Amino acid sequence: MAVKSLIKYEIERDPVFAKWVTGVMGGERIRNCIQCGLCSASCPLSPYMDLTPRRLIHMAREGFKKDVLESFTIWLCTSCYSCTVECPRRIRVTDVMYALKRRAIEDGVYPRRFPIPVLASEFGDMIRRNGRVTESWLVTKVFLKTAILRLVGMTKLGTKLLLTGRMGIVPESIRNRKELQIMLDAVEAHKKEVAV
Amino acid sequence: MKRYLYYPGCSLRGTGKAYEESLLAVFKALEIELEELEDWNCCGATAYMAIDEVSSFALAGRNLAIAEKKNLDLLAPCSACFLVLNKTQRYIKEYPKVAETLEHGFKAAGLTYKGTVKVRHPLDVLINDIGLEKIKACIKRPLTGLKVAPYYGCQIVRPYATFDLMYYPVTMDKLLRAVGAEVVDYPLKTRCCGGSQKGTLPEVGLSLIHILLKEARRREAQIVSTICPLCQFNLDAFQDEASKKYGEISMPVVYFTQLLGLAFGFSAKELGLERNIVAAKQMLAKYAPAAA
Repeated sequence: MAVKSLIKYEIERDPVFAKWVTGVMGGERIRNCIQCGLCSASCPLSPYMDLTPRRLIHMAREGFKKDVLESFTIWLCTSCYSCTVECPRRIRVTDVMYALKRRAIEDGVYPRRFPIPVLASEFGDMIRRNGRVTESWLVTKVFLKTAILRLVGMTKLGTKLLLTGRMGIVPESIRNRKELQIMLDAVEAHKKEVAV
Repeated sequence: MKRYLYYPGCSLRGTGKAYEESLLAVFKALEIELEELEDWNCCGATAYMAIDEVSSFALAGRNLAIAEKKNLDLLAPCSACFLVLNKTQRYIKEYPKVAETLEHGFKAAGLTYKGTVKVRHPLDVLINDIGLEKIKACIKRPLTGLKVAPYYGCQIVRPYATFDLMYYPVTMDKLLRAVGAEVVDYPLKTRCCGGSQKGTLPEVGLSLIHILLKEARRREAQIVSTICPLCQFNLDAFQDEASKKYGEISMPVVYFTQLLGLAFGFSAKELGLERNIVAAKQMLAKYAPAAA
């Protein structure tokens, strides 16, 4: 068994990260957290988390960047918003989770070959290109990149979906793809200026 | 005649086809006119929010901008679409920097958005605009004796409860009771189905799915009624796997619009009931007309 210190020392804090997290949308009131734990209690995924939402919020606002960004927790969150509506201090915990996911992708610290960030980025590419998502193509691409073997296990379900007419083969697309791309480019250019 | 703009979203054109088929049938029977939103794009769902928050608001925003020109309420049957469109509107109002950035995007693409679109859910429209009396008047075969667990899932009342109770929504319960079904008490009605976790962390996703089905059975429901394409897909398509891993369960999972449609006299085929993975047709056979 590996021996590990369970105590956190002030020297391990990253104050820049702590400040950053209070500036993300939804995290403005993070310093008001009273550690009551309603977020963790209401979270259907907390039994599987390495850091429960309550601990994650506390460690994020204290600046324990590495623990927070490398945690499994942020990728387990399904954004069901239970924590957000329960929080008596009106911290938008779900939005903080989103911000941490984005930061982890940006910093490249998510678990390698872990399918959720791959799903998110393939989803994004597909929308930028076509404006719509074709579920069958998305799922196939994600599995090709992360777990080819599981794709084989999915063929039975795939066949059933085909037979019941629930799986489109032709990729869906909007007509005015150009308008969408111009809009997204302009948004991306501007957001860098105002740092949203 | 009531008229709405209709935003199907990607799922209702894919795995959730039966939701669209049954919704259109029910709305037609109630003489509600739907006009599909022109050249709509994906709402961004939960996945895009994890890549780029402001761009995801812009994606939803393009739909809102197109809708605003029509001056009609926007009907969004998919829970993810419904939430993202609502959230985008709120964030435009709450955060000036979001509004400003989106404004740039809209301008570049020749769009404008003033923020006047009302996003509506079918449950809201049916209860508040149409009313139970008119729905009861359409019944041809009441669902007498059918025990239903009403499952709402997460994003329809959280974080914004715009038309129903946040902790214990009842609009679907009322509709199902109106068409004669027996609605069982189902305390997990707003618990998360696991979203896309089944695809990414199967053992976690399957456990969440199984908990919901097991509770429905414990409450003596014969069938689960859903309002979200992802909930329906998870509970239906992976029931087999969840059964193998956590214990046998056989429970058909349908859309509430399919149950309303049956009561209105539509056939199983017209309502897309043949698209179920866990067959619902046999159980519902006594309510469905023999031929379409």
